[in-house]
Amino acid sequence: MAFIDLSKGEVQCKIVYYGPGRGGKTTNLLYIHRAMSEKIRGKMVTIDTKGDRTLFFDFLPLALGKIHNLSIKIQLYTVPGQVMYNATRKLVLKGVDGLVFVADSLKVQKDKNIQSLENLRENLADENIDLKDIPLVMQYNKRDLAEANIPLLSIAEMDADLNSELKVPWFEASALKGQGVFETLREISKRTVKQVSRKLLSK
Amino acid sequence: MDLVMSKEAVAGIVRVLDEHLLRSGADCVLLVDQSGNLIVNRGDPSNLDVVALAALSAANFGATAEIAKLIGEEDFTLLFHKGKKENIHFSRVGKNYLLIILFNKDVSLGLIRLKVSKALPQILPYLGEE
Repeated sequence: MAFIDLSKGEVQCKIVYYGPGRGGKTTNLLYIHRAMSEKIRGKMVTIDTKGDRTLFFDFLPLALGKIHNLSIKIQLYTVPGQVMYNATRKLVLKGVDGLVFVADSLKVQKDKNIQSLENLRENLADENIDLKDIPLVMQYNKRDLAEANIPLLSIAEMDADLNSELKVPWFEASALKGQGVFETLREISKRTVKQVSRKLLSK
Repeated sequence: MDLVMSKEAVAGIVRVLDEHLLRSGADCVLLVDQSGNLIVNRGDPSNLDVVALAALSAANFGATAEIAKLIGEEDFTLLFHKGKKENIHFSRVGKNYLLIILFNKDVSLGLIRLKVSKALPQILPYLGEE
């Protein structure tokens, strides 16, 4: 649910990074947080948990400049990817305006990617949102592992598994090294803001 | 469902929050939606990351709603956290919004609760919820 404040001239949108556990959603946010100047980004909030899995969510607010005299504020969230934390995922999805699906390129994660996308579709349906209607970008993460001779899914295979029907923009990425992170963010921000302003204008 | 707030609506909410809550001694008052967007903040939040507070409060409220379901309640309409110096009071506003009030140990919880119950019906119309 985007929020538009005409007294401050401000639009707030919520973008959620979704995907299977240990796929690099938090790493995306950490990279963005590290690479952006303090003027643009707010404080990153990670809910302190033991180990390196996200149990609740991570949160990073960004100010992306102005469009038509409205300043655009975007809030990035991640969800916990592990199957058992679905209740938490549903909470974080509340009021989502745009989505990045971070898929894991490891060959062994093929089924987990498909399951997670299916889970996203179901959770959105519970909120009366069709996956086809919401701004969405795919990120095929961990491409850098090819250099370490770790068996990866080919881009064609991932696209066939996850994106054959949706046909949304996709990016190869290595969140750890930053490759593809900003390309993904730029595209999803653009799409989300466009959709929010379209809805605003139709009112 | 997107929320578009006009200048007049924001001013109306600010007036209600100031009159009922800040004047009763609250340090800071925030109105947020359940997806974590900060709608209005009043008071002195200079040392406070209000954006993060809004996001975490929405999540906190959502999480306790799940606890409520486990014990057979639909949700809890208010939450209260007590600190050594500062306390925080959350209450649900209509279906989709939360009112967050920070107040110190010199202000009684009862007064805050009373003032919240007075302010809520006046805020709802501005949010399109009766």
